[in-house]
Amino acid sequence: MSEIENFLAMDGHGAFVWPAYGFAFLVLGVLLLWSLRELRSHERSLHKLRPQDPDAA
Amino acid sequence: MSRLANPNRFQKLSRRVLPWAAGLAGLCLLAGLGLGLFFSPGDYQQGESVRIMYVHVPAAWMALGVYTLIALASGLFLVWKYPLADIVARAAAPLGAGFTLLTLVTGSLWGKPTWGTWWVWDARLTSVLILFFLYLGYIALQNAFDDGARGAKSAAVLALIGFVNVPIIKWSVEWWHTLHQPASVIRLDGPSIHVSMLAPLLLMAAGFAAFFTALLLIRVRSALLARKIRALRLVQAAADPHIRGR
Amino acid sequence: MTRKRRRLVFVLSGLTALGLAALLILSALEENLVFFYSPSDLQTKTIGAEERIRIGGLVEEESLTRSSDGLEVNFRVTDLRTSLAVRYRGLLPDLFREGQGIVAEGHLQADGVFLASEVLAKHDETYMPPEVARALKKSGHWQEDPPEESEAE
Repeated sequence: MSEIENFLAMDGHGAFVWPAYGFAFLVLGVLLLWSLRELRSHERSLHKLRPQDPDAA
Repeated sequence: MSRLANPNRFQKLSRRVLPWAAGLAGLCLLAGLGLGLFFSPGDYQQGESVRIMYVHVPAAWMALGVYTLIALASGLFLVWKYPLADIVARAAAPLGAGFTLLTLVTGSLWGKPTWGTWWVWDARLTSVLILFFLYLGYIALQNAFDDGARGAKSAAVLALIGFVNVPIIKWSVEWWHTLHQPASVIRLDGPSIHVSMLAPLLLMAAGFAAFFTALLLIRVRSALLARKIRALRLVQAAADPHIRGR
Repeated sequence: MTRKRRRLVFVLSGLTALGLAALLILSALEENLVFFYSPSDLQTKTIGAEERIRIGGLVEEESLTRSSDGLEVNFRVTDLRTSLAVRYRGLLPDLFREGQGIVAEGHLQADGVFLASEVLAKHDETYMPPEVARALKKSGHWQEDPPEESEAE
């Protein structure tokens, strides 16, 4: 078995370790993207309402 | 405290802190991942599945920490009526719910190879599941009322009531016989984790905390903008003769 | 100021009352919140013949025997004061071995043997690399943690 396969297999626990890390970064990623999108959309709305506002993008 | 409660001052501070928090989060998470996945040993009993701990434990700490923050902010909001306290609590809630879900799922993925089961109804696991439902209930209650002020108030009361669950989670493993093991890091006689495993764990924990801080600042900023937009729309509607005439 | 103070007193006394209530409820529920009993608990408790319970403790050293087909195991679970004979047929978790903490679900038979339908491994709170564990054992510094059962009481 190659070294990479060995690493991915995690001594037989790969089926538990990798989903755990995958899910962790899925959750963190979703929270990050969602929060950023919300901020962008609010910045755009504010820009439409009052372009000179310093908080508007 | 009251200085920070001023939204403008908060915004100024937040703009300065955000890049540092984001940078720290990226650095710590990368270093923690590197150490946790490549440069740390397996455990003498659990083998390689010990690596799940590096995401599970920081997520669990954050789940409890964020709830504590929400309860604290809710208390400030109820007593001193700081609007910013409500905004902070509201912005933190989905993040806390995310961390709690992550705790439950990664814990389950660790429990199967180690204990031999995905889930048991012991005091620790059950109280964490209750924490998850408290987060969901809090978010639902925030949005349940047409009158935003009433929603904020009832949600803050729920957050305070639910706070009893936090010490129960923390000490459940000592008060009752549970399947879940007692604390390894925060204990009176020092951590019972070898330093080669403690290092990635603490790095990941710092990364999670910095990530939460950065996201919280972003979300609070977003909420303050939303408030400004609502106020501007009201002013415009009042000035608009078509709308006023109706 | 006085209104703020009144609200503060209200919130704090509410929290105190709530904490006390939670404490009372939890101590009343004690029985149900316990995930498993130790062998010593069973001596003072009366348990129905077919009542399903969980027991927990360490697998006693040199008590483990396997049937000839390898599917049935017999061992004793101990809390270092009393021990209980357990019989189990089925798959065991990887961590199962003598000296390991386990939790077994099943019922106590009339002959005093606990017939388990499920055996879970209980992990302790010590994490270390295998080399370190080996070195500690070799140098005689290995400390078997006293089982939680004795601490909890």
